[in-house]
Amino acid sequence: MNLEKVIFGFFIVLAATLNFGFFVGDIDNPAHHDIYELFAAIVVSLIATVLKFGDRTQIGAVHLSTSLVADLQLIAAAMVWGYAAHVSPDGVTPEMVARVVSLSGGALFANVVSVVILIAETIMQRR
Amino acid sequence: MRRLRAPLILLISILSISVLGLTLAPGVDADGNRTHLSFFHALYFMSYTATTIGFGEIPDAFTDQQRLWVTFCIYLSVVGWAYTVGTVFTLLADRSLQQALRTQSFLRAVQRLREPFLLVCGYGETGRLLCAGLDHLGYRAVVVERDEVKVGEIELHSYRADVPALAADARNPEILKFAGLDHPNCIGVVALTDDDSANLAIAIAARLLAPKIPALCRAEVPEVAANMASFGTRHIINPFEKFAEYLALALHAPAAWQLLIWLTGLPGSTVEQQRDPPKGEWIVCGHGRFGQMLVHAMERESVPLTIIDRLPPDDLTHRWVQGDGTGASALEQARVRHAAGIVAATGNDVDNLSIAVTARELNPNLFVILRQNHYANHALFEAYDSDVDVVPSKIIAHECLAILTTPLLVPFLEAVKRRGEAWCEKWLTTLTGRFGWQVPAVWSERIDLSGAPALHRLLLDDTLALLGQLLRSPSNRDDLLGCVALYLYRKDGEHLLMPPTDTEIRAGDEILFVGTPDARSELTLTLSHEHVLGYVLTGCEQPGGWVWEKLARRKQAIAARGADRTGHGCAPR
Repeated sequence: MNLEKVIFGFFIVLAATLNFGFFVGDIDNPAHHDIYELFAAIVVSLIATVLKFGDRTQIGAVHLSTSLVADLQLIAAAMVWGYAAHVSPDGVTPEMVARVVSLSGGALFANVVSVVILIAETIMQRR
Repeated sequence: MRRLRAPLILLISILSISVLGLTLAPGVDADGNRTHLSFFHALYFMSYTATTIGFGEIPDAFTDQQRLWVTFCIYLSVVGWAYTVGTVFTLLADRSLQQALRTQSFLRAVQRLREPFLLVCGYGETGRLLCAGLDHLGYRAVVVERDEVKVGEIELHSYRADVPALAADARNPEILKFAGLDHPNCIGVVALTDDDSANLAIAIAARLLAPKIPALCRAEVPEVAANMASFGTRHIINPFEKFAEYLALALHAPAAWQLLIWLTGLPGSTVEQQRDPPKGEWIVCGHGRFGQMLVHAMERESVPLTIIDRLPPDDLTHRWVQGDGTGASALEQARVRHAAGIVAATGNDVDNLSIAVTARELNPNLFVILRQNHYANHALFEAYDSDVDVVPSKIIAHECLAILTTPLLVPFLEAVKRRGEAWCEKWLTTLTGRFGWQVPAVWSERIDLSGAPALHRLLLDDTLALLGQLLRSPSNRDDLLGCVALYLYRKDGEHLLMPPTDTEIRAGDEILFVGTPDARSELTLTLSHEHVLGYVLTGCEQPGGWVWEKLARRKQAIAARGADRTGHGCAPR
């Protein structure tokens, strides 16, 4: 029972689940997408990225890259939301919400790939 | 990167907790309504608070609940930032990272070298002298030295070109490969470390990995030298043996010795005219490696000797005085008042100086040869003004420079050693009369397509070229060039010492010259530039360019069609 592997797996799956939770719902209905969940998804995704640092294998490098993609998409989503809420004259319209959610959808895809790689890594090391 | 994990995760969690708390803490806006800070404003506030910039409370003044939370956040986040930044800096200053980066940049510097360079292993006094000499002559060097302090000193010495240097053990063949042992531009390896076994390891590596380039190795222990010779190291330099040879030469042919010193000095230095070592009784103080070599050399010249040493005698053929040469009593016992010369050959500089001073007091006309172990003491030795200073590092550096820069010099010097005293005397006076006592430029020219293209082409057309015809100034044919040909080596093995001016030059010859640096560049011009060569040989200016050549040919054809003349026309090639 390897504590490091438990923590590693925990954060990767948590990032994927939070992201999925945020994504689920009508794409343009702001009531279906909670900002706190987006916040949590970003934080956990960043932590998961940092945990993937320093792995010198090929598969570790690909794993890190998927995490970076997910971070990028989620932060972009947050920035769009911030722009809509504070800078744009129309405020948070369904159109803007749709943009935010579609970006988070992209991050979800990257997170799913990350989970698949995690599973593959685990199966390769059948112990 | 792994070490950054903990600080980064800490930073992310602290920041996220603070931001979350700020969005949840109840605030009051200007009208008194309950609001909450948005994520955007919360993040903005935390950014400038954590980095201790501190603008102010936005967008409205905080309520007490918010301020309570912010207080907690300040202590948490500032500490987190400081810890992260500190870790990043420690990581950058990490020694192993620095070493890895330095090795990488050294590798790249060596790979980028496009000029011929020498690999110098060991940067002690000898290495430093050698690099200074190479730099003066315009050669590049790459240095591998174990001591980091000495490697750091390289940047302080002012060299004309960059000297890539690495602080690593040169015994490791991987390090030698990094330093360019198998680089196409490496023209030689010089092993100058103070450890003979390391030099042996470098010699073997050079022999196996780069057999075509010359390897020069310093060896002070005869067994190691024999070992090196057994697998074909081309040049093994034992400074003591070299000096003993020179001393033997000086004892029976002083002019030859002066000539050798003049030709092989460090470029740019001036050779002082010295007293010739006299024949008579000699005293050798110190029977170490150097002392033993000297004893053998002097025996060959049948010079009567007395040896002074602290240890009991292990050489029964010579008179042995057991004692300390620094004291007058041992010297008196060795009959210093009747001796012609003394050699202070111990391994301690202070002892050597003391021996010399004491001996000169007892016998003011003594010829003193001093061994100087550390170049750093040269101020003392220069002040004392002995007749000859034996500085092993200088001897090795001279040898290396001679072998590396002018390979033809070695057979020439061997030939000179075999000539008589009168011959050497005559040539010494002639050459120093012409060039002075400053060490001249010594170089060799090879008459082939790459070394002397114009002359080579001319010779292939069956034109006769004599040595004297070539050694003229390109600006005025009647002036002689300031250089003399010392040695001519033909492809078929024939060799001439001091070839006379009517010697014929053939394609493939290699000639050793001595002279001024200006003469060297002028000679190079003559040998490679067709029109200059034509002027120097015939005195006629060649027409330059295709158009003028056609016109000149037409003019010649017209002249030839006319009356038959015996004029010496300057025919275009």
